[in-house]
Amino acid sequence: MHVQYNCTKFVLHDCTDTMTCICKAYGINMIVFEKPKALTDVPMHYCPGCAHGIIHRLVAETIDALGIVGNTVGVVPVGCAVMAYDYFACDMVEAAHGRAPAVATGLKRAMPDRVIFTYQGDGDLASIGMAETVHSATRNENITVVFVNNAIYGMTGGQMAPTSLPGQVTQTSPYGRDIKTAGFPIRVSEMLATLDGPAYIERVAVNNVKNVRNAKKAIQKAFQNQLEGKGFSFIEVISTCPTNWGMTPSQAMKWVETDMIPYYPLGVYKDKYADVTGDIGNTGEVQ
Amino acid sequence: MAKVTFLTDLCKGCGLCVDACPKQILIIAKEKINAKGHSPAEMTDPSKCIGCAFCATMCPDCVITVEK
Repeated sequence: MHVQYNCTKFVLHDCTDTMTCICKAYGINMIVFEKPKALTDVPMHYCPGCAHGIIHRLVAETIDALGIVGNTVGVVPVGCAVMAYDYFACDMVEAAHGRAPAVATGLKRAMPDRVIFTYQGDGDLASIGMAETVHSATRNENITVVFVNNAIYGMTGGQMAPTSLPGQVTQTSPYGRDIKTAGFPIRVSEMLATLDGPAYIERVAVNNVKNVRNAKKAIQKAFQNQLEGKGFSFIEVISTCPTNWGMTPSQAMKWVETDMIPYYPLGVYKDKYADVTGDIGNTGEVQ
Repeated sequence: MAKVTFLTDLCKGCGLCVDACPKQILIIAKEKINAKGHSPAEMTDPSKCIGCAFCATMCPDCVITVEK
């Protein structure tokens, strides 16, 4: 891949990666990390330490890496990410609460040459929009769904979500989620993996640098699947809500590690096109 | 040498970069305040920076640019 735009000084040259770039020889710094071009300069409204910003950036980096910013339409949910249309530089559509996969289905069928992704939270996708999610998955619509699971309703002030853990204290479960009355959390990735339709389902987290990098790979694969016409790709990202969990951002990242990941194990749940002779991570086995 | 630039006015002072830094040279500058009203992150000793970009990877607000 040609990366000359990564140099801090614009010098016309050919380079294949940052290590062999001629700029190194002239002592010109290479940009190791900068804000992706698929994000606008609008400051994000999210609370301090909210992982939405990280996940937005991973999606934007994927759009940049595939060079599809002018060809992509995002569908945003109702929830904290409702303002995401301000933050992405591609075309965006605001869907009714939970109906993003239905809107994305229409967009993809009307414009099959465009890349369509939805970005939804757990209150949107796993609660009010469960029917749309399950049916677009079973129809194997050629769209990419990014599902942000933070085990709580963020925007409305911290009520219990379908994904809240047993015993988790929220505004509507002040003594902890009681499984006798509120039932068990829904593991959406596992549930969708039982369907024959979807092409790719993976659960990732963004609680540390290693998991963020794995999440980026998963999101890239989900977009790549769509470009190759493989069908419904679903990435569940375990996220945080420091404000409504009542924690500091770093405590929230630790809580993901100690409480959420044991309940929601990371890994690839379904990959229809996995190379069975390939590496273990792609054979559909859970890590 | 690695060079790290902070867009201080976008920083919300969440401290995720401070946790991620393997050299532990980032702090939240409690005595400073930015345009948003938060105490921003800053680097104490730029000469120790190895340019790993872990801080920028964990930053939710794209505050940090890393050159190497």
